[in-house]
Amino acid sequence: MSDWPILSFLIWLPVLGGIAVLMLGDRAGAREGALIFAVLTFLSSLVLLGYDSKSGEMAYTQSIPWINAFGIEINYMLGVDGISIPLILLNTFTTVIVVLAGWEVIQYKVAQYMAAFLIMEGIVNGVFVAMDSMLFYIFFEAMLIPMFLIIGVWGGPDRIYATIKFFLYTFLGSVFLLISLIYLYSKSGGSFTLTDLYALELPIEAQMLVFFSFLLAFGVKIPMWPVHTWLPDAHVEAPTGGSVILAAITLKVGGYAFLRIALPIVNDAALQMDWLVIGLSLFAVIYIGFVALVQDDMKKLVAYSSIAHMGFVTLGLFLIFRLQATYLGGDGSTSAVMAMQGSMVQMVSHGFISAAMFLCIGVLYDRMHTREIKAYGGVAGRMPWFAAFFVLFAMANAGLPGTSGFVGEFLVILATAKANIWIAGLAGLTLIIGAAYTLWLVRRVLYGKVTSSEVDQLQDLNRREFMILGTLAIVVLWLGLWPHPLTNMMEASLANLLEVTAPLSELGAKGAVK
Amino acid sequence: MNFDMSAFAIASPEVFLLAALCTVLLMDLWVAKGAPLITYLATQLALWATALLVLGKSFNSEGAFITGLGGMYIVDGLGDILKISILLISSLTFAYSRKYLREQNMWRGEFFVLGMAAILGMMIMISGYNLLVLYLGLELLALSMYALVAMQRDNSNASEAAMKYFVLGAIASGLLLYGISMLYGMSGSLNIIDLKAYFQAQAGLHTNILFLFSMTFIVAGIAFKFGAVPFHMWVPDVYQGAPTAVTLFLGSAPKIAAFALLIRLLADGLGAGQSSWSQMLMLLGLLSIVMGNLMAIAQTSLKRMFAYSTIAHMGFVLLGVLVGTEDGYSAAMFYTIIYALMSAGGFAVLILLGNRMSDPDNLDCLRGLNDRHPWYAFIMLLIFFSMAGIPPTAGFYAKLSVIKVVMGEGYLLVALTMVVMSVVGAFYYLRAIKLMYFDEPEESTPIVAEVDFQVLFSFNGLLMVILGVFPGVLMGICSIAVSTSNL
Repeated sequence: MSDWPILSFLIWLPVLGGIAVLMLGDRAGAREGALIFAVLTFLSSLVLLGYDSKSGEMAYTQSIPWINAFGIEINYMLGVDGISIPLILLNTFTTVIVVLAGWEVIQYKVAQYMAAFLIMEGIVNGVFVAMDSMLFYIFFEAMLIPMFLIIGVWGGPDRIYATIKFFLYTFLGSVFLLISLIYLYSKSGGSFTLTDLYALELPIEAQMLVFFSFLLAFGVKIPMWPVHTWLPDAHVEAPTGGSVILAAITLKVGGYAFLRIALPIVNDAALQMDWLVIGLSLFAVIYIGFVALVQDDMKKLVAYSSIAHMGFVTLGLFLIFRLQATYLGGDGSTSAVMAMQGSMVQMVSHGFISAAMFLCIGVLYDRMHTREIKAYGGVAGRMPWFAAFFVLFAMANAGLPGTSGFVGEFLVILATAKANIWIAGLAGLTLIIGAAYTLWLVRRVLYGKVTSSEVDQLQDLNRREFMILGTLAIVVLWLGLWPHPLTNMMEASLANLLEVTAPLSELGAKGAVK
Repeated sequence: MNFDMSAFAIASPEVFLLAALCTVLLMDLWVAKGAPLITYLATQLALWATALLVLGKSFNSEGAFITGLGGMYIVDGLGDILKISILLISSLTFAYSRKYLREQNMWRGEFFVLGMAAILGMMIMISGYNLLVLYLGLELLALSMYALVAMQRDNSNASEAAMKYFVLGAIASGLLLYGISMLYGMSGSLNIIDLKAYFQAQAGLHTNILFLFSMTFIVAGIAFKFGAVPFHMWVPDVYQGAPTAVTLFLGSAPKIAAFALLIRLLADGLGAGQSSWSQMLMLLGLLSIVMGNLMAIAQTSLKRMFAYSTIAHMGFVLLGVLVGTEDGYSAAMFYTIIYALMSAGGFAVLILLGNRMSDPDNLDCLRGLNDRHPWYAFIMLLIFFSMAGIPPTAGFYAKLSVIKVVMGEGYLLVALTMVVMSVVGAFYYLRAIKLMYFDEPEESTPIVAEVDFQVLFSFNGLLMVILGVFPGVLMGICSIAVSTSNL
C-alpha cells in the first residue's frame, strides 16, 4: 500500500477526470461522469484516514526530481500530515457536494462547469500535499484559472468585474510570494524544499520583508482586512457552486499557507509582528461582523461573516508565540497547540458551514432568482424542511454549542484567554455579533409575514437538495458533538510544527518572554 | 588565399536552403502554375530537410563548436538549437498562413520564396562569426521582410507599414554598421573571435569612450530589431499594417534570430564589456516591460495588443541576457523560444477567425468564441494564460527562469518591476479571455479550417501545457546549448 502514490493519484485523477468530462462535451452523461470522478476521488482520499496520527510525521511521501536547469531545482515532492489530511478530505467531500448541487441548476455548458470544478479539486489537493515551495506556488497560482472561469462564465450580472478583481487581487498578492520564494531559494543554497526552508536562519531584516510578502499573498487569499474586498464581490457574483468552493476551500488555502509556510519559515519575523496580525484579526472579527450586520444581500452577508470567521483562524495561528512566551516552561506548548487546533477546526468547520449556507441561499435563489433579504419573509411556513436546515446552519455559523462552529471558536477563545484576557474579551464579542447577524438574517428570511405571492408559492426541498443539506447537517453536528477524531488527527503534527516555529529554547534566548 | 569550395561544408544547411529557395522559385514559375499547393509543399519539405541537415551535423560536432570559412562562420550547439527552432516555427507559421493567403487572395509563390530568404538570413545571423556576415544575414532577413510586409501592393495600410518599417529599419542598420565600423577601427578585425581576444586584453574598458560609443550604437541597432523601448515605434504599426500571415511570421521566428545576434555580438564578441552593456540592456528591458504592458491595455486591435505584449516580452529576454551568465543566456533563450511559440498561436487565431469576407484585427473578433467553438477557445485560453505567465503553462517557467537569474545577480528592484508589470499584463490577457468566455458571440458564421490547421493549432496550444508540466526537457536543451557554445 505504501508504494501506491496515493497523493499523486488525488491530484491527477480529478484533473484527468475533468479533461475526460470536457472531452465528453455537453452530451448526456457529463453530470454522471463528473459525479463518478468526484466520488472516486473522495473514496480514494478516505485512504488517508489510515494515517498514523500519533507520530505526526509526513506520510505517503513521494519525491521525484522535476526541473533542474538554469540553476533552478524543483522537486515533485509530496507528503501529508495531520494538518493537510482534514483539508484534503474537506476538499474532496465538498467537490462531490458541488457537483450534485449543480445537477439541475446548471444548464449552460454543463461539461465545462463540471470539468472546472474537478480540475480545481485536483489543483487544490496539490496545494495541500506539495512539500516543495515552488510546487506549492505553482498549484497556488493554477487555482486561479478554474475559479476565474467559474465566476466569469456562470456568474451573476456583475461577474466580469468581480472575477477580474478576484484574479488580479490574488495574482498581485502572490507575485511577491514568488519573489520571496526565489530569495529563500538562493539563501538555502538551492532548495525549494519546505524542510530546508524551515531550517534557514535569516537575519531579521530579510525575514521581515519575506514575512510581509507572505502576509500579503496569504492575507489576500484568506482574506484579511483590509485586502478582503474582492471576496464579497466574488461571492455575490459567483454561481452557488463557485461560492461554495471559494468559501469552503480556497479561503482555507490561505490559512493552510500561513500555518505551513509563513509561520515556520520566517518565525522570528512572525514573532515580532504577531501584534499586527492579531490586531488585524480582531479588527476583522469585530468590524467585519458589524459590516455583515448591515448587508441586504444574503450572499454578501455570508461572505462578510466568512471574513470574520477567518479572522479567528489567523488569531489562533499567531497567538502561539504569546502563549509559548507567557507560559515558558509551563503548559505553553499545550495552549499553543490548542490555539492552532482551534484555528484548524475553525477552518474545517467553516468549510462545511459556509458551504451549507451558500447552498441554502442557492436553494432560495433557484426558486426566487433574488438574493435580496427584503424579498423574503415567512419562508418557514412554505418550506418547513428548508427552514429547519437553514436555522441549524445559521446557528452553527453563530457558534452554537453542539455544532462544529462552536468547537473552533471555543478553542481559540480559550487559548486567547490564557495569553491575554483583553484580546479574549474582544474576540468573544464575535459570539454576540455573529449571533446578531445570523439570527437577524434568519428572522427576516424565514419568519414574519409572507411578503409576496412568489414566496407564497415556494416549493420545499426536493430529494437531491434534502440529501445534500442533510449530509452537511450530519457532519456539522458530528464535528460539534464529537470533534475528537479531528483534533486528534492533527495534534501531533501541530506539535511538530510548533517545535519548528516557536521552540521554547529559542523564545527564551530572544527575549520574547513577557 | 586559394578558394576551396569544400570550406562551405560548414554551412551546408544554409547552402541547401539557398538551393531549395531557387528551386521553389523556379517551380512556382513553371511546375506549379495550375497547382499552387506544390510551392507550399516544396517549401515545407525544404524547411524540414534543412532542419534534418542541421540536426545531422550537430551530432557530428559532439558538443564542441567549430568555426570555418576563415573564422567567419561558427557551428555550435546554441546555433543548431536556434536554427532548428526557427525552421520548425517557420514551418508552423507557413502552415497557418496557407488558410489566410488563400482566403485573402494573396496566394503567390513569392510569399514562400521571400519567407525562405528571410529564414536563410536568420540562419546566417545565427552562425555568422564575423561582424559583416552577421550584418549580411540581418539585411537579408530585413529586406525579405520589407517586401513581405508590402506584399499587398494596393493596400495603403500595408504600404505605409512597409515604408515605416523600411525607413526605420534602414536607420537601425546604419546605427549598427556605424558601431561595427568603430569596433573595426579599434581592433583591426571583424572576426568576433579576434574582437573577443582584443577586448579581453584591454584594461579599463568601461571608461574607454570610443568603446562605449560604439557599443551604444550596436545596442541601439539590436534593440531596434528586438523592438525594445525606445526603439519600438515600428512594432505596433508594422504588426497592424502587415497582412496577418506576414505578422505571424514576423512576430515569431525573427525574435529568435535577434536573440542570436544579441548573444553573438554582445555576450560573445563584447563579453569583456558586460558591465557596461548590461546597464544599457537593463534600461531598455525595464522600459520595454513597463511601456509594453501599459500600452497594451489601451489597444482595441488584437494585432496591436500583441505588438505591445511582444515589446514587454522582449524586455524579459533582454533582462535575462543582461546578467551575463550561462544561466542567464539559457533562461533568455528558453524565454525566446517559448515566446515564439506563443506568438505563433496568438496570431493564428486571427487567421482562424477570418474568412473570405473578413480579415479580423479587432479584439471583438474573439467575442463569444467559447460559444462558437469551445475547443479553439480552450486552446486560446492556454495561449493567453501562457503569455500572462500563469502556471501551469510554459510562459510561467520562462518568466520564473528570467526572474530567478535576475534576482541571483542581486537586482531585486528589477525583479519586483518584472512581477508587478506581469500583473498589469495579466489584465489585458484576462480581458481577451473575458471576450472569449464571458461574452455573447457577435457573429455565428461557422469557423472552418482544414485538418492540418486544426491539428497544428491544437498542438500549439497544448504544447503550452505540455511544456508547463514537463518544462525540464526544453530547459535542459537550452542549458546544454549555451554551455557548449563559445561564450
